[in-house]
Amino acid sequence: MSTVDMSMPILIVDDYKTMLRIIRNLLKQLGFNNVDEATDGSAALQKLRDKEYHLVISDWNMEPMSGMQLLTEVRADTKLKELPFIMITAESKTENVIAAKEAGVSNYIVKPFNAATLKTKLSAVLGNF
Amino acid sequence: MAVAAVKEKIAAQLLELRKSEGAVAPEEIVAIVESIVETIEGDMSAVSLKVYADIEALARYIDTARSEIADLRPDDINAEHLPAATDELTAIVGATEQATHTIFEAVEAIEELAEKMPQEVADQVSAAVTSIYEACGFQDITGQRITKVVTALQKVESKVDALLHAFGDETFAGERPKQPEKKTTAPSGAPARPDEDLMNGPQLPDEAISQDDIDALFG
Repeated sequence: MSTVDMSMPILIVDDYKTMLRIIRNLLKQLGFNNVDEATDGSAALQKLRDKEYHLVISDWNMEPMSGMQLLTEVRADTKLKELPFIMITAESKTENVIAAKEAGVSNYIVKPFNAATLKTKLSAVLGNF
Repeated sequence: MAVAAVKEKIAAQLLELRKSEGAVAPEEIVAIVESIVETIEGDMSAVSLKVYADIEALARYIDTARSEIADLRPDDINAEHLPAATDELTAIVGATEQATHTIFEAVEAIEELAEKMPQEVADQVSAAVTSIYEACGFQDITGQRITKVVTALQKVESKVDALLHAFGDETFAGERPKQPEKKTTAPSGAPARPDEDLMNGPQLPDEAISQDDIDALFG
């Protein structure tokens, strides 16, 4: 039986509207309907401070604040530091993955990705659903 | 030595030569010739004259090169070709984004209709729709790749601009005004983006690691 609250608020962050729409639709197919969007790290950080989210799914390469900077800010914030944070990015060098892991990312998905990979990573971070 | 003094010296030497009887010593001829050469050269030695000649040749070479480069109209590269290429690439990103969202509109409508279909059919439609969503990720990836190319073109533009300035503005009439350089530092002087060296965008297939490799790093 699933222990995951499928109505949990999720924040997705990407500067490409196409990718925001893809992630939103894939999350919807998986049963997650409470999804908000932000187009860069600073806008996301503001939303995270204004509302309680249970998960962040963020791109890396964004202006003006990158996903890595957002991750660093989240982990440095006493109220947000435990927030599950998945990076979905085209940055696919080992050094990027290691840097993100050291910064405290919960999981890392490289673009292009498929729905199965997204589900697997969500299960790894949130538990099976 | 002043020219007038050298002339007097030569005149005196010639006078002495006229007075002399018999053969003239080669040393005396050399002394007079050296005096004449000294008049031509001023205070420069033979080595200095050689250097001067080399510099003059170099100047002529640079002037010729400058004319040849001007004939190539490198200012056109910055004024026309690179901006046109950048605009075209940006238009590609816009067009693919628009087309992708049109696909989304259609697919989302199909998804709504699938709710009214028999479960077995609805599941098949849903699987197909998922594949379409996954495939539409191409727009994000190609968009990032094209953005990298645009950035590279802007760097080329900056280098050509520097070349134009190095050869002098008067050489290339109609040159475009210099584009402002991309800001890379915060007002404080610190790097604007601490992770800038890690943001390279999509890698070429032989340079990227796979999702399996990434999963291995996460244990």
